Amino acid sequence: MYRDDFVRRIHSPGGDRRGSRSMHLDIPLLVILAVICLTGLFVLYSASGQSLYLVKRQAVFMLFGFIAMITVAQFPVRFWERWAIVFYIGGLLALVAVMFYGVGAKGAQRWLDLGVTRVQPSELMKVAVPMMVSSFLGKRYIPPSFQHIFISLVLILLPVLLIVDQPDLGTAILVFTSGFFVLFLAGLGKRYLLSTFLLVMAAIPTLWVFVMRDYQKQRVLTLLSPEDDKLGAGWNIIQSTTAIGSGGLAGKGWMQGTQSQLNFLPESHTDFIIAVLAEEFGLIGVLALCIAYFLFVGRCMLIALNSQSQFGRLIAGSLSLTFFIYIFVNMSMVSGILPVVGVPLPLISYGGTSVVALFLGFGILMAISTEPKRIRMDL
Amino acid sequence: MIHDSAFTDPARERRIFAGRLFVTAVGITVLAIVIIVRYVDLQINRHQNFATHSDNNRVHVRPAAPSRGLIYDRNGELLADNRPTYNLTIVRERSKSLDELLGTIGDLIEISDDDIKRFTKRLKRRKPFQQTPLKFNLTEQERGILAVNGFRLNGAEITARLTRFYPNRELFAHVVGYVGRINERETQNIDSIAYSGTDSIGKIGIEKYYENQLLGKVGSEHVETNARGRVMRILDSVGATPGDSLTMHLDSRLQRVAYEAFEGERGALVAIDVKTGGILSLVSAPSYDPNLFVSGISQKNYDALINSSDRPMFDRAIRGQYPPGSTIKPLFGLIGLHNNTITMDYTINDPGYFFMEGIERPWRDHNSKRGGHGRGVDLAEAIIESCDVYFYKMSVKTGIDLLSSYSEMFGLGSVTGIDLPGERPGIMPSRVWKQGARQEAWFNGDTINVSIGQGFMLTTPLQLAVMSARIASKGKMVTPQLVQSVNGVPIVPEAMAADIEIKPEYWDYVHKAMRDVVHSPRGTAKGISKGLDYEIAGKTGTAQVISIDAEEEYDSSKIDKRNWDHALFVAFAPVDDPQIAIGLIVENGEHGSSAAAPIARQVIDAYMKSRPVQTTQVMVAAPGAEDDVTKVAQ
Repeated sequence: MYRDDFVRRIHSPGGDRRGSRSMHLDIPLLVILAVICLTGLFVLYSASGQSLYLVKRQAVFMLFGFIAMITVAQFPVRFWERWAIVFYIGGLLALVAVMFYGVGAKGAQRWLDLGVTRVQPSELMKVAVPMMVSSFLGKRYIPPSFQHIFISLVLILLPVLLIVDQPDLGTAILVFTSGFFVLFLAGLGKRYLLSTFLLVMAAIPTLWVFVMRDYQKQRVLTLLSPEDDKLGAGWNIIQSTTAIGSGGLAGKGWMQGTQSQLNFLPESHTDFIIAVLAEEFGLIGVLALCIAYFLFVGRCMLIALNSQSQFGRLIAGSLSLTFFIYIFVNMSMVSGILPVVGVPLPLISYGGTSVVALFLGFGILMAISTEPKRIRMDL
Repeated sequence: MIHDSAFTDPARERRIFAGRLFVTAVGITVLAIVIIVRYVDLQINRHQNFATHSDNNRVHVRPAAPSRGLIYDRNGELLADNRPTYNLTIVRERSKSLDELLGTIGDLIEISDDDIKRFTKRLKRRKPFQQTPLKFNLTEQERGILAVNGFRLNGAEITARLTRFYPNRELFAHVVGYVGRINERETQNIDSIAYSGTDSIGKIGIEKYYENQLLGKVGSEHVETNARGRVMRILDSVGATPGDSLTMHLDSRLQRVAYEAFEGERGALVAIDVKTGGILSLVSAPSYDPNLFVSGISQKNYDALINSSDRPMFDRAIRGQYPPGSTIKPLFGLIGLHNNTITMDYTINDPGYFFMEGIERPWRDHNSKRGGHGRGVDLAEAIIESCDVYFYKMSVKTGIDLLSSYSEMFGLGSVTGIDLPGERPGIMPSRVWKQGARQEAWFNGDTINVSIGQGFMLTTPLQLAVMSARIASKGKMVTPQLVQSVNGVPIVPEAMAADIEIKPEYWDYVHKAMRDVVHSPRGTAKGISKGLDYEIAGKTGTAQVISIDAEEEYDSSKIDKRNWDHALFVAFAPVDDPQIAIGLIVENGEHGSSAAAPIARQVIDAYMKSRPVQTTQVMVAAPGAEDDVTKVAQ
């Protein structure tokens, strides 16, 4: 496949792709991204109870993200490969800083107050960790040896443990997953996969007893039988499934969702925003968004496949998979397949750091996709 | 897995990667199908169920508002109360035509243009189906008229709710603060569930600082409504938990005396219980009526408050930063004695001015007629008569480093940690401070200016009161605290640092000198000693508002009143066993002795009179009086 790609580009130099290439922009990615972002702002306006204030703030975050993405794309892939360790260490230090100087709400300390704005270092680690592991494995033979696997796991677990301590189990699991995807894509042996699986199975009871807080356990129990606790923790799931289900095929119309507008739906502008979309735009809306996401992830995986370097392949692959996992986890938890873990729906849910972190990742993907092709010896 | 090839094999690596990517692509597709199946199931197969659940079965859960915690003064007098008020609210979706409805209501009761204007503003910000208030505080008559005509007022409803009320009006505005409607910015930072039954939040003062305690816990009501959304019956409910009630150290009698003493003046006063650190009174004058803010202040009233040159909204007691002037002298004297840079026998000659080596311009003695205080001025005399030249000399001997570091122990230059939001730290200048703030080295001239509480130095009235209390208690780390107990459980603030160790004879010396400021015939505050049946220790101060050239005489008759000097006074009493300490300022009051000291006398008088028993008598009082003992002696 890469060979065809190479030949095609040699024979049609320039053309309409030249401009975007020199700007280091991947046009298909950009178009889908813009569509999803605009959809997000529309849904947010309705979900936040017509709050222009929130929509404006979110738009500013997105604009900031776009600029960050385009900036990131201008640097060569090798630059990011070399600098991954710096971002990683910076991120670790920020997490340690959160431990001591962090601010937070509702019992968790997740934020660093920078005066101008607050940032959530754990969100940034969702990009920094796969970058670090990709950069480490990118220089080594794959499939990775036992020693390299061990070092990679240490690199992943250091930030993960710091995040568990905040406590933010949801983000910790996602950071772990993003790092683990790199290992998986690098061809982690079947034996290791099996033992990881067994370890995770063994870890679940341990987590349950030692790490998970009562409210987290409650969420899992709630998933199993929401009807037991109609007013308390089951409320979210009953209300969100009612919102989704009552939307039907075509939905109730923009800003007409009674569930969300009547304040039945909790966190309607952040984690549960997909329920607003499902209620107001129906299954058609949900499918349209899924298709956009699917195209987006597909495009990202294609970029990964065509990448020139090992680092590029691994980081692009991991970022596309992680992106998909966010979508999957969010849409599952809102529709009652998974427990409520506090994962936002990418680009649709309100939230600054998460948007910016996603865009940083897309910037790296664009840098990879527009990397100049090297002439290879075997051609 | 052992690597069997020593050479990189890019083609093999690509193959491995492509293989893995293919596996994940399959995985993604499977998971995507799972989600889509779930949504199809919910939205197509079970749509009817959910649609019924959402539309026809109008059983709703609605929040039950908790009543906000009450705030009492130390004698159990209510400072913040909740009163039932009846508001007229509109749900736009349930009225056929909004204009028509407003017209009908306007014919029945009086609706002002201001009401309509604020209603339209709220209407833009509300959620669909949300009740939007049109008119607050309906009278009984208005309620009657509306109830009778209810049948033609679909969409309008009279809602009863508890509204905050501050019975003392402007008296406690700067301490207790007020609640107001939750604005959009606040919406972002609060737990939307906890506030689902509440539309107001503490904006400033105690109401803000103790918001979490005062709020209470929201309850819920399962209600069945008819097709128009009107509640038919309540199925079951979980009661709301009222917020915690707060008991303050404040004494409203003292507060009233202090506030009234400021009649017509601008200024601030803080009175502290020396034994506990409890704030007995905290006044910033002029003040305003906090009730105006509770259900939204009208633009006219707001403009009047904001544009007033007296700045009634400005809390001078904790945010006003003024040069402390001579009130700082007892403290500096104490620092000099403790560090042996002066002794109790050390005297100076005061010709009325002071020359610093290498500087041509002299420093004048502001508190003497030309000619100075003469020969043999010792520390006591320098405090009693407020001799500037003594402090110019001692400050140069002592140096800014000692003055600054010890002053910080007495609470200057940083926030005192009182339980109020927005406290300002003032400035206790030091070499480090000047390097940071001005990028300049420290000069001896700066030290001389600081020695009489001028120059870069700034303090809040609260800091002056804390300083005074720490001097009064001979170095106890008195920490200011407004709230005495939450739901009857006492709050004891932790001292921020260890007590200050200074030799007893130095404390006694300075206490005696401060006593003589009031009780000696030469004291600058002798005017307030008349008719005292106990002893007050104090120190007057005057803070320059505009700088006067050293050669020129300050002459108030030539200067606009807004540029007159600020008058300050710090005090504690009774001298033999200090109970109350005070810091106060009268803006443009000119002289600490004539403008500020009498206010302190009135407040201390009121305090001494209201105390149930003298502490010395308490020690031998009957066991029945024990409660009083703990109150007074703690």
